[in-house]
Amino acid sequence: MKALELLKEKFPEAILGEESSAGQVSVYVKRERLLPVMRFLHAELQFDHLADLCGVDYLGWKGKNKKAERFEVVYNLYSIPQRAFLRVKVSVPEEDPWVPSVTSIWEVANWFEREVYDMLGVRFEGHPDLRRLLMPEDWEGHPLRKDYPLEIEEEWPAYQDLKQKACELSRFEWGERRLRGE
Amino acid sequence: MAPTLEVISKPCGHPEWEEPFVVNMGPQHPSTHGVLRLYLELDGENIVKCDPRIGYLHRGLEKLSENMTYTQAMVLTDRLDYISSAANNVGYCLAVEKLLGLEVPRRARLLRTIVCEMARISSHLLWLATHALDIGAMTVFLYCFRDREWLLDIYEKICGARLTVSYPRIGGVRLDFTTEIIEDLYQFTEEFPSRITDYETLIDVNRIWLKRTKGIAVISAEKAVNLGLTGPSLRGSGVPYDVRKYKPYDAYEEVEFEVPVGKSGDTYDRYRVRMEEMRQANRIIRQCLDKLSETQGEPVVAEGAPDLLMPEKRKKPQAVPHPKKGFLVKGAEVPVVPEGEVYVSIEAPKGELGYYVVSDGSGKPWRVRVRAPSFVHISAIPELIKGHMVADLIAVIGTLDVVLGECDR
Amino acid sequence: MEEILKTLMPGLILIVEALVLLLVALLHVAYTTYAERKVIGHMQQRLGPNRVGPRGLLQPIADVLKLLTKEDLVPAGADKSLFYLAPFISLVAGATSLAVIPVWEKFVLANVNVGLLVVLALSSLSSYGIILSGWASNSRYAFLGGLRASAQVISYEVAMALSLVGVMVMAGSMNLSEIVKAQTASPFKIYAIPQILGFFVFMVAAIAETNRTPFDLPEAETELVAGYFVEYSGIRFGLFYLAEYFGMVVMSAVAVTCFLGGWKGPFEVPGVPFFWFLLKLYALLFFYIWVRATLPRYRYDQLMGLGWKVLIPVSLLNIVVTGFLKVLV
Repeated sequence: MKALELLKEKFPEAILGEESSAGQVSVYVKRERLLPVMRFLHAELQFDHLADLCGVDYLGWKGKNKKAERFEVVYNLYSIPQRAFLRVKVSVPEEDPWVPSVTSIWEVANWFEREVYDMLGVRFEGHPDLRRLLMPEDWEGHPLRKDYPLEIEEEWPAYQDLKQKACELSRFEWGERRLRGE
Repeated sequence: MAPTLEVISKPCGHPEWEEPFVVNMGPQHPSTHGVLRLYLELDGENIVKCDPRIGYLHRGLEKLSENMTYTQAMVLTDRLDYISSAANNVGYCLAVEKLLGLEVPRRARLLRTIVCEMARISSHLLWLATHALDIGAMTVFLYCFRDREWLLDIYEKICGARLTVSYPRIGGVRLDFTTEIIEDLYQFTEEFPSRITDYETLIDVNRIWLKRTKGIAVISAEKAVNLGLTGPSLRGSGVPYDVRKYKPYDAYEEVEFEVPVGKSGDTYDRYRVRMEEMRQANRIIRQCLDKLSETQGEPVVAEGAPDLLMPEKRKKPQAVPHPKKGFLVKGAEVPVVPEGEVYVSIEAPKGELGYYVVSDGSGKPWRVRVRAPSFVHISAIPELIKGHMVADLIAVIGTLDVVLGECDR
Repeated sequence: MEEILKTLMPGLILIVEALVLLLVALLHVAYTTYAERKVIGHMQQRLGPNRVGPRGLLQPIADVLKLLTKEDLVPAGADKSLFYLAPFISLVAGATSLAVIPVWEKFVLANVNVGLLVVLALSSLSSYGIILSGWASNSRYAFLGGLRASAQVISYEVAMALSLVGVMVMAGSMNLSEIVKAQTASPFKIYAIPQILGFFVFMVAAIAETNRTPFDLPEAETELVAGYFVEYSGIRFGLFYLAEYFGMVVMSAVAVTCFLGGWKGPFEVPGVPFFWFLLKLYALLFFYIWVRATLPRYRYDQLMGLGWKVLIPVSLLNIVVTGFLKVLV
């Protein structure tokens, strides 16, 4: 793996480890040194296509390959000119979940990071516009965390308001529903 | 007095005059292709600010698939890009097969390639129909639907479903093609190129069509790559990145086809690229059909592929180890996928569709992440629409070919 | 008594004539919608309406009945009086122009000497209905639609009026009956041949004036949902629809009168004196429908560009050429 060798040569202190799975190589990068590593990958090694950026929650992970921290943010990079693939990973501790934002390198990261923030609650330092993306703006909790229940016991408060409003407006309905007053 | 009248009665220079004209386009709007909502600030007809807001179709497919077995989760992928569901299935199956280390039989690979390309044609037909309708050419819409119907009928013959096919399986495909299907497909591939010519005569040299598409939403090659555009939207800018060529999967290595690229990166070039892609897809189907006769009678599911049966609902799987295949859950076998992680992408009709699957060595995926092209494309709308008008916004949404089921997941 | 009757008689006849014209025109408008759906349906490989009555012939009536029984909603915050008034302005202005159009030599309700001016004035008045409805609805889309309509109508009216100047110069009159008579006396029998430029500009401007595809920007369905009448429902919505088709009929009738020789044809059809007028009218209506099935929609700035940079110069050129010819011949 040429890119990997170059990376290790250039940033010996920032590379925490590497692993390989199903023929794909992943590199663990120190969170604080992520930006220079990514800049190097983008500018020097021509990883111009950030194929995917996502977060994984490893709470209660039972695999043999132990994870250092609860969260991992995964960058799947692809180089269109070199036809090379590289996965970069950053471990994020639960107590202080933040990662430097790579929006300044790949603009596509903007929404990916917003989604990870929305779904896992990992903050991206330096992100221009870190808002919730898929969930409503006033949502509480981060659904993709493993401790987030699949079926919620409580209703979302805004939904209750909606139902109440629908009930009030039901007197304008025609037919049976009006009689039932639902 | 109406509020509009109240504003106009204010003296010039009043702060209310300075307020931008805000239009909330969607989530219910005829041309936002689903439930896309665009927060627009307008200056007359010009767009000052555009902020797409998504999530109206968020069903939590990623969370749901964490609580299902691998075979069950495949059905969810139908609901991503419901226009080309076969391609989504194939992508997911490829990812899981890679984790399992399964070798798919050649015939199954050919069959998968055929359904993928059928999905591409039907998706591009729908795109052409709606794109033309958005710009105002109503007739193209119905012509495209006529031919799409033909493809959906073939899908129905293949697997019984028209839209959410779930035809591929982990390790192969569900059923072999009958001779009737193969004949139908031969007939389709025979006739379809002339149909494409039909559409082109309808709009290709239409002056208004050219005016509405040439020079609209131009994007340079570097910018397009940086914005993460993939598929025809990227190739319209001249980058020949096609996963089928760069990371061949299924039977794409065996077949000959070209990757059409545009030059100027405007809406018209993307339109041309997609039209050309339909021809190439037709060519691929034709070649695969010819190759099918070589593999007559071969199996279509790999040996050791996980069982198709689903465990009973709402009951905790009672793990009973099986000597070869893994757990036995209430009579059904749950495939045990070795620990590991994989990112597999395919060239879906809309762009690069990636699956990042993490397995912890049990019967359920730890994490299934879907890299949806529509998601990325919608995030690029504000960049593409810079300096354009409201009417162009429609063209931009059309040219990016977004499906909200895939965007919101 | 007889004296009174005698004095009232012309008035009564006029009223009866007006009613007949209105009824016939309404029927035409209703069946234009039917024809449009049927023709476009066949152009697009579908059937069009075919459920209500034989071959769907009762569809327009069913539509009207449906629209009449629908609830008439007024959005909160709308300017109520204007909101109620707007569709009527559109419709009345559209329908009144019919009065000056000579359907036949002996059938013209108001044979005024400024017939063309009346048509132009009323067609611009009908756009007020659109602008006002866009304003009064207090909706963003309707407002944008109203703005587009005002800009569009103003710029295309200029082109339309200029394109008719050539006809006026050639006929030497603004009375529509006189124009028809002058046409039959002219060497080509119709003005569409010597005034080919004017005819072209008039047809394009007429499509724009009636807000039809490819100039249907004020109601652009895929951009502004339904544009100026997005907030209208029930019969008020129907009135806007009616006004649009009335506009189509009136514009086609004006084109027939000014460019295609009115009620005159190559030979007389016994018993049906307005046969040729109707035939030409239907041909032009078909043209409207055909255009709609074929062309995409212009963008706002391109539409203005076409109006000011192409149509107006062309029609000015037409006037100059016509003037020279008139002087020379």
